[in-house]
Amino acid sequence: MEHFNMALVDWSRAQFALTALYHWLFVPLTLGTSFILAIMETVYVKTGKEIWKRITKFWMTLFAINFAIGVATGIILEFEFGTNWSNYSWFVGDIFGAPLAIEGIMAFFMESTFFAVMFFGWNKVSKGFHLTSTWLVAIGSNLSALWILVANAWMQNPVGMHFNPETARNEMLDFWAILFSPTAVNKFLHTISSAYVLSAIFVIGVSAWFLLKKRNLALAKRSIVVAATFGLITSLFMVITGDESARQVFKTQPMKFASMEGLYYGETNAPLVAIGFFEKTPSPTNPNAREWAAKFEIPNLLSYMAALDPHAFVPGIHDMVHGNEAHNIISYYDRIKMGKLAQSALKEFHLAKKASNDSTAQAALKTFETNYKYFGYGYYDNPHDLIPNVPLTFYSFHTMVGLGFWFVLLFLLALIYSVKDKLLQKRWLLYLALWTIPLAWLAQEAGWMVAEFGRQPWVVQDYMPTLSAVSNIDHTSVMITVFLFAVVFTVLLIAEIKIMLKQINQLKDGGQE
Amino acid sequence: MTELLKKIFHFYYDGFRSMTVGKRLWIIILIKLFIIFAVFRLFFFHDFLKSNFKTDQERSNYVIEQLIKPNTNHK
Repeated sequence: MEHFNMALVDWSRAQFALTALYHWLFVPLTLGTSFILAIMETVYVKTGKEIWKRITKFWMTLFAINFAIGVATGIILEFEFGTNWSNYSWFVGDIFGAPLAIEGIMAFFMESTFFAVMFFGWNKVSKGFHLTSTWLVAIGSNLSALWILVANAWMQNPVGMHFNPETARNEMLDFWAILFSPTAVNKFLHTISSAYVLSAIFVIGVSAWFLLKKRNLALAKRSIVVAATFGLITSLFMVITGDESARQVFKTQPMKFASMEGLYYGETNAPLVAIGFFEKTPSPTNPNAREWAAKFEIPNLLSYMAALDPHAFVPGIHDMVHGNEAHNIISYYDRIKMGKLAQSALKEFHLAKKASNDSTAQAALKTFETNYKYFGYGYYDNPHDLIPNVPLTFYSFHTMVGLGFWFVLLFLLALIYSVKDKLLQKRWLLYLALWTIPLAWLAQEAGWMVAEFGRQPWVVQDYMPTLSAVSNIDHTSVMITVFLFAVVFTVLLIAEIKIMLKQINQLKDGGQE
Repeated sequence: MTELLKKIFHFYYDGFRSMTVGKRLWIIILIKLFIIFAVFRLFFFHDFLKSNFKTDQERSNYVIEQLIKPNTNHK
């Protein structure tokens, strides 16, 4: 591979990763806090107690800070599609365009109307109308997230489309197949439930700080009850949707699944590596292969997780690279051959069309359509280039899962001690809750890394690798923007944290109980 | 109709004026939007296909060329 192109690909990936990573620091807090606010305001409207209005308004202020600073950071991703990923944007145009347009329209109407009522409408509109607006903001912002996640799910599992070889664009055949593909449904549910968990941890963590400082006890205790209940329910839902997501990955992205578990050789009765560490030195013959330094396994659990059968065969990386006839797995070597056939046929089709040679064009089209399923593999010669970074995917996945279970336990403990009214005596739990705040973001980013690093080298699974998706532009400008983004986003993040801390610190003590 | 528009205007006007953390937030939002649209968009993020090709036909020809060009740049 020529150095220049690799630099371009790497810098373009770094740019997109940095933007998405920072954008995702703001989004989950908006998604989850909006529902927590709606629940708190519902309690206020139902009980008529002023303390609940005060609680709602306090968290609404933090919500507003996060929303204001995070808003529009996602627009940069859309700029990047057009500038840095133009081949990709053209290739997926019709599929990506519709969901993003719906997202834009929804976000605009929701933000300009119901957001305004929610923030400015206290004492100006009826309690019922204000509450309705708060719920609509919560529902609307979550639905807005639906569309971008549907688009992402389509990249991981492209369905409901047809590639037009004349225009090089994918055309939507079935909108509902795209919207309701199991990958899209699970991705949406798992992502939003993890956002609810993050927001619940944020509310509990900040409230724990108040309790540690013995300030705003009434607000903090009530906030913890709401957030712990909301967090416990949504974290259990997150575990269920995560489990189903893993099954979908097993079906549609088996290489990612094998990488998530560090499974090099497929096996029946496959154990799940609950905790594991790779050897530091990669094998000289295959840099991606690693040996285990230590691991703790749970027998049969991986087979069960993948196929709901404790004895099922789970293919490993080796099975996919070299093929496995007994389990009908076509090797990457064969896929590469078929991909190259598809690419040659596409070229021949266009040359024949130009020469007005219809019979040759039809024959080429037939070859193309037979082999199109493996089109993207044709860009490679070495199947080992089609393996994602296994240690990175494995560690990200296990970090996410491990933290997910810790969050369930935290919510349970917080709820139990809240009900018993013993939170103030359990200072260790309050400290743990406070220090779990950054871990919630770590889990979010780890989950994103599993999804995005684990699917490499694909931008669109099996059809378009990252290499062929980039625009032919000067990599220096990409490099400059990476540093500019890093500076701008870091400044925004520091501003958000500072303003939030000031608001939290400034909150006047509203009494003990 | 005019009454309704006046009400809506005052709703937003009063709302913005009474924001407690608003001033600093608005400054951050405006600076951010300026950087995104006036710096990033203008200087770094031109739509590659739109700015280099006039018609969709030219764009699709270019992308096809990119997709099927000899595979020398890839491993």
